[in-house]
Amino acid sequence: MSKIALDDDSAVVIIGSGAGGGTLANELCQKGISVVLLEAGKHETAADYQNNEWDSFGQLSWLDKRTTSGSWRVSRDFAGLPAWICKTVGGSTAHWAGASLRVQDHEFRAKSHYGDVAGANLLDWPITLKELEPYYDKAEDKMGVTRTNGIPGLPGNNNFKVMSAGAKKLGYKDCHTGRMAINSRARDGRPHCRQLGFCFQGCKMDAKWSTMNTEIPNAELTGKLDLRSSAHVLKIEHDDSGKANAVLYVDDKGVQQKQKARIVCVAGNSIETPRLLLNSESSKYPDGLANSSGQVGRNYMRHMTGSVYATFDQPVRMWRGTTMAGIISDESIHDPSRGFIGGYEMETLSLGLPFMAAFLDPGGWGRDFCRAMDNYANMAGIWLVGEDMPQESNRITTHATEKDQHGMPVPNVHFDDHPNDIAMREHAYQQGKAVYEAAGANHVYPVPAYPSTHNMGTYRMSEKSRDGVCNKYGQTHDMNNLFISDGSQFTTGASENPTLTIVSLAIRQADYIAKQMSSKAI
Amino acid sequence: MGVSCKGLNIIVKTDAPDGLSRRKFLQTGSGVLFGTLALSSGIISTLAPSQSWALPLKSFTEAEGTGILKITRCIFPHDKLDDAVYALVVKDLDAAATKDPAVGELLRDGLKQLDKKANGDWTALDYLQRENLVIKMAHTDFFEKIRGTSVVSLYNNEMAWAHFGYEGASYEMGGYFDRGFQDLEWLPNPSADASPAKA
Repeated sequence: MSKIALDDDSAVVIIGSGAGGGTLANELCQKGISVVLLEAGKHETAADYQNNEWDSFGQLSWLDKRTTSGSWRVSRDFAGLPAWICKTVGGSTAHWAGASLRVQDHEFRAKSHYGDVAGANLLDWPITLKELEPYYDKAEDKMGVTRTNGIPGLPGNNNFKVMSAGAKKLGYKDCHTGRMAINSRARDGRPHCRQLGFCFQGCKMDAKWSTMNTEIPNAELTGKLDLRSSAHVLKIEHDDSGKANAVLYVDDKGVQQKQKARIVCVAGNSIETPRLLLNSESSKYPDGLANSSGQVGRNYMRHMTGSVYATFDQPVRMWRGTTMAGIISDESIHDPSRGFIGGYEMETLSLGLPFMAAFLDPGGWGRDFCRAMDNYANMAGIWLVGEDMPQESNRITTHATEKDQHGMPVPNVHFDDHPNDIAMREHAYQQGKAVYEAAGANHVYPVPAYPSTHNMGTYRMSEKSRDGVCNKYGQTHDMNNLFISDGSQFTTGASENPTLTIVSLAIRQADYIAKQMSSKAI
Repeated sequence: MGVSCKGLNIIVKTDAPDGLSRRKFLQTGSGVLFGTLALSSGIISTLAPSQSWALPLKSFTEAEGTGILKITRCIFPHDKLDDAVYALVVKDLDAAATKDPAVGELLRDGLKQLDKKANGDWTALDYLQRENLVIKMAHTDFFEKIRGTSVVSLYNNEMAWAHFGYEGASYEMGGYFDRGFQDLEWLPNPSADASPAKA
């Protein structure tokens, strides 16, 4: 592994090793560019991952202090845990389920396609599907997405059989085992999936793509990567001209270090990214870095989500096999006659017994709760995930008094559902119930949102600098050597799981950064 | 004191040669809970080294431990789930009370309140009367402490997994690829297009 000196100011410093940061690091290293990759979590690998929900949760999750506010139910059910994301090498690609869907053309043009929506801060992305398509192609190949590049779909498990039977009876047409970054055949030096049922806990087979098992080792082979795990970034510094020039972090021994940088790319997920840049305020940038628009931390999106679980007279054993085993995409369209704009996906989901108890009805107890749990083996489940409306008031701020273990202000996550989010969730619950009743369910349980796994916005891309924080390459409008490389860039949320788009944007951003470096523009 | 199951680690086999006697428990801790596997004995018995179990307590007396167990049964009433699993909640609350005396105080106060409402020994009431009094305490800190602990402890152990049919870790067994991940036969199979054959 390359060792880059702390006072070497020629490297690109990337903060966060997940879908955005891990991919960007590899792409830059492949082009011969030196990268320091700072990851707050430890370097856990497949051998360390655990087939146990609570143990794994304690091992991989980002559990640093956070606070919540707003009327969303997560704030009531999980007040200190607004998001279920990871602190480990590979970031939340350790936890993700693997669904790899392209954002649709009309979703990139949310404002012009949907029109004005009261209370929503809609905007068109400064990039189109056509511009991103070549990068989606590269990302799908890199990640080995099933049903692309000639890769067969995964075999469906019992949970999918139930979804499929219900979907068929209901007349849904677009239902299959999904486009998944999980090997259905051995590929890229990784084996095929053996249906462990612990996708959320880090894949012990390495059959699921993560930056930990692909991008980061590939980057290390170039000799250009300096990966520092257990390196928790506190602040980004800048010079008198306003360019980012160093990153302050606490290393694995608890010692504060300063790494000089030519370019800084932030990929800490949509809560930590704005928190870091707000905590980096200075006399030159009193409102935080790159915040002349005032949009930093705003327009936080987390997808409209909810789940439907149902019990049947006979066993399902949904925990056997991939967690996200299939998808219905028929509702992922824009059809305002349903009473809301935008669309949603329905994706199978299963939880083990421990997490079923925790998430079925947070705060729940009593006879009804126990009846559902008594029928756990006969249960099937789907997750509902749809486009939520960006709202200026849904935002990440830094807490006035609460500090983390390093003395930095903790983030507060404020979220209120938009009326459109609520209308969509109601529709999705109805349709989820209909799918399961068509398959013969004896009881259906609508389940509220889990802590957010799809965190987006807060540093959004915009054509004009007054509307957002970065341009279509993730380069901030205010500081030309400061880049945003994660889902924070998303202008709107779309209805698809965000990882494939984060990876595609990172590949594209690497091309742009390399060109800017070679032309000495940065 | 043999254990063949992770969930039973706390449950000491009382009739083992090196097992601790009731007298010894009473010397080393505040109290001890004893029980015999009965209700769902079928599956859990196969995991257990013995039909009888015992849980030594550090903070609570036997009466307090019994009270907490019975309250847990009212909050999460799985009629066929054995007391041995509910005892795991008592174990975790006992550990919490040992670490933080305020937890012990909260629970003891709650138990006293129940006795007061029962005009005597709450645990001596019949089940429905007990449940009725517990439900009336919903949302109090006392109730929430037991509920919040139970929702994790009750379902995060191998005895509960066996009872509810959950199979737990699969990596060591090669996953479910050859062990029934698509063995559901009471619904029609999806088309090969929707769900391709396995590798």
